[in-house]
Amino acid sequence: MTNLDLTKPTAELAAQGTPLLEVDDLRVEFRTRSGVVNAVNGVSYSLGAGETLAILGESGSGKSVSAQAIMGILETPPAVISGGGIWFQGRNVLEMSAEDQRKIRGPGISMIFQDALSSLNPVYSVGFQIGEMFRAHRGMSKKAARAKAVELMDRVRIPAAARRVDDYPHQFSGGMRQRVMIAMAIALDPRILIADEPTTALDVTVQAQVMDLLKDLQQETGMGLILITHDLGVVNEVADNVAVMYAGEIVERGTVDDVFSRPSHPYTDGLMSSVPQVEAKGGRLRPIAGQPPNLAAIPSGCPFHPRCSRRRLGAEAAPGRDCATDVPPLRLVVPGREAACHYSEEVLGVAAE
Amino acid sequence: MSQPSESGATAASSLSKSSPSKSLPESSPSSPSLAEPAPSGARGATGETLLEVRGLQKHFPLTQGIVFKRTVGHVRAVDGVDLTLHRGETVGLVGESGCGKSTVSKLIVALERPTAGSILYKGRDVARMGGRALKDYRREVQIIFQDPYASLNPRMTVGDIVAEGWAVHSDVAPRKGRLKRTQELLDRVGLNPDYVNRYPHQFSGGQRQRIGIARALALQPEVIVCDEPVSALDVSVQAQVVNLLEDLQDEFGLSYLFIAHDLSVVRHISDRVAVMYLGHIVEEGTDEQVYASPSHPYTQALLSSVPLHEPHLRGQKDRILLQGDVPSPADPPSGCRFRTRCWKAQDVCAQEVPALVDRGQGHPSACHFAEARMVVPVDVE
Repeated sequence: MTNLDLTKPTAELAAQGTPLLEVDDLRVEFRTRSGVVNAVNGVSYSLGAGETLAILGESGSGKSVSAQAIMGILETPPAVISGGGIWFQGRNVLEMSAEDQRKIRGPGISMIFQDALSSLNPVYSVGFQIGEMFRAHRGMSKKAARAKAVELMDRVRIPAAARRVDDYPHQFSGGMRQRVMIAMAIALDPRILIADEPTTALDVTVQAQVMDLLKDLQQETGMGLILITHDLGVVNEVADNVAVMYAGEIVERGTVDDVFSRPSHPYTDGLMSSVPQVEAKGGRLRPIAGQPPNLAAIPSGCPFHPRCSRRRLGAEAAPGRDCATDVPPLRLVVPGREAACHYSEEVLGVAAE
Repeated sequence: MSQPSESGATAASSLSKSSPSKSLPESSPSSPSLAEPAPSGARGATGETLLEVRGLQKHFPLTQGIVFKRTVGHVRAVDGVDLTLHRGETVGLVGESGCGKSTVSKLIVALERPTAGSILYKGRDVARMGGRALKDYRREVQIIFQDPYASLNPRMTVGDIVAEGWAVHSDVAPRKGRLKRTQELLDRVGLNPDYVNRYPHQFSGGQRQRIGIARALALQPEVIVCDEPVSALDVSVQAQVVNLLEDLQDEFGLSYLFIAHDLSVVRHISDRVAVMYLGHIVEEGTDEQVYASPSHPYTQALLSSVPLHEPHLRGQKDRILLQGDVPSPADPPSGCRFRTRCWKAQDVCAQEVPALVDRGQGHPSACHFAEARMVVPVDVE
């Protein structure tokens, strides 16, 4: 069962044209005492080699949970993957044995988290923790693993790596800790790196350094990058494609250029006009009304309709397209762009003016 | 489950209905209302200087030893800050974590005593105030905190939280109409007035921040220090709170000291902006001056790091990638604080602290080699 080819360079696979990762109609729910929380409701996307896919959403939109499902690090119970499939290089990860899944984590898919301090073990040196990847997956000796750790710390541009390899996480600054995490994640040359809010806790100047590093590493190795974030600016500067999530669903998908210059879902449009920009003072902000929905009680029909300024209900709506009752499917609006809104053409038309 | 449940809503409203004598005092809607600014005579003209901060310093001692504590050094959190706040304006203070901006806010609301320097409020030194004068000062200068989860007492109802200030400043609101005024305040900040009997955990982050704003407004302040008021909120909710702050400013003639690390939000809300680095202000000016023609290298680097939102502007900005980390404020570099990471640094930077003065750019900049440079492309809009 373990004949997954993880030895071939990523670039070779890219030439074959198969996507590295395909997520198909993924559904995750949390079964809690106070009811079922539907965190991810039918999310599909694919990722090719060298591609950067941004998953954009606010807190509680299900963006992190979908990534954790891919990594197989969801806490079960309470979380249950209730449907869909995750195909890594043509094989369904969800149907694999735990041992096979473990073998994928590291050389296949790896992940970095938002809070580097709580993701690192405070009682082991960073060199030991980076080297653990080599000891566990490659069976290297302690000494060889430590040498590899120094090499990796150099690669993520931690100054004086040879001297700092025996330091503990608390001795590093926030940006350097994030680099240690990146070093651990890329240790085994993963095909896919999932970065879950990698720079949210960092200052802007450090954020720029870390994003730069991620971009360079991606260019070197050709890995696919899934960037989970709520920061529109980071998405614009780093990603090729973007999927906007709301209430556990993808509501819009396309290239960053397209989506950002002409949003076709009211939520994306609202997000764009509610964020102030550094390049222009701009007028008054136009916030989205209301609060993000409670995932235990997602509104019927389009989950965004209670906050939407373009919603059409009852007699106003076209037949079969009542926002309060009919769920809008994610559909092709114009070539290369999908949106889950009954009236996307209208949104697109207005945004184009 | 951050949203108040429906059952909670009915419970709260039925509660207030069941005790009409308490919730609806006889005072008519035309009674002196909190929504009414103080008489304009008392408020003074727009543009009058309200707060003047001169050479403000705050050094925290570093100690060693358990029983006998020896001072082994000082963290120079704030080291010579000058700021002026006029009536009706918003001054933005930006900087990265650890630059001392939150310490400035605590000093201004008199939660900390300055090591040196002065804070003049309407010409009087806050550090020398005591008793009655300090009490009045604290009423007039209020603060909104960053974390709406930690800054509200979980055991107090929203009504009690908002009304708590009146227990000290009883002259602001007559005892009789307090519940009504609390409800008016909640209504003004966009919360359902029936929620007075709810507890903070029943609200979402954005709603909690509104409670914090209502609490600050309750004492009819002149100045509100906003310490990262929107950093903990989701983007779509951030805009609601920013708009609310702007509306309240117009309505009540408030002055804001707006402290944040998000350069975009600061640009949006501020009339003037001061950039802080390691306890010093390195550049100051109108938002246009600081953002369109930054002249201090640190400001330039900071602006260059902010990701732009427009696809067509991508790659058009000046890329300045700073090396290394911010030095420790316990042992700051000599001369210019930024010289260790600056690409323009020369010998003079290590010897002389550059003063915050206009060096021919039209606005003050604390750099020996200040030179205006456009970092962020100006949007065509």
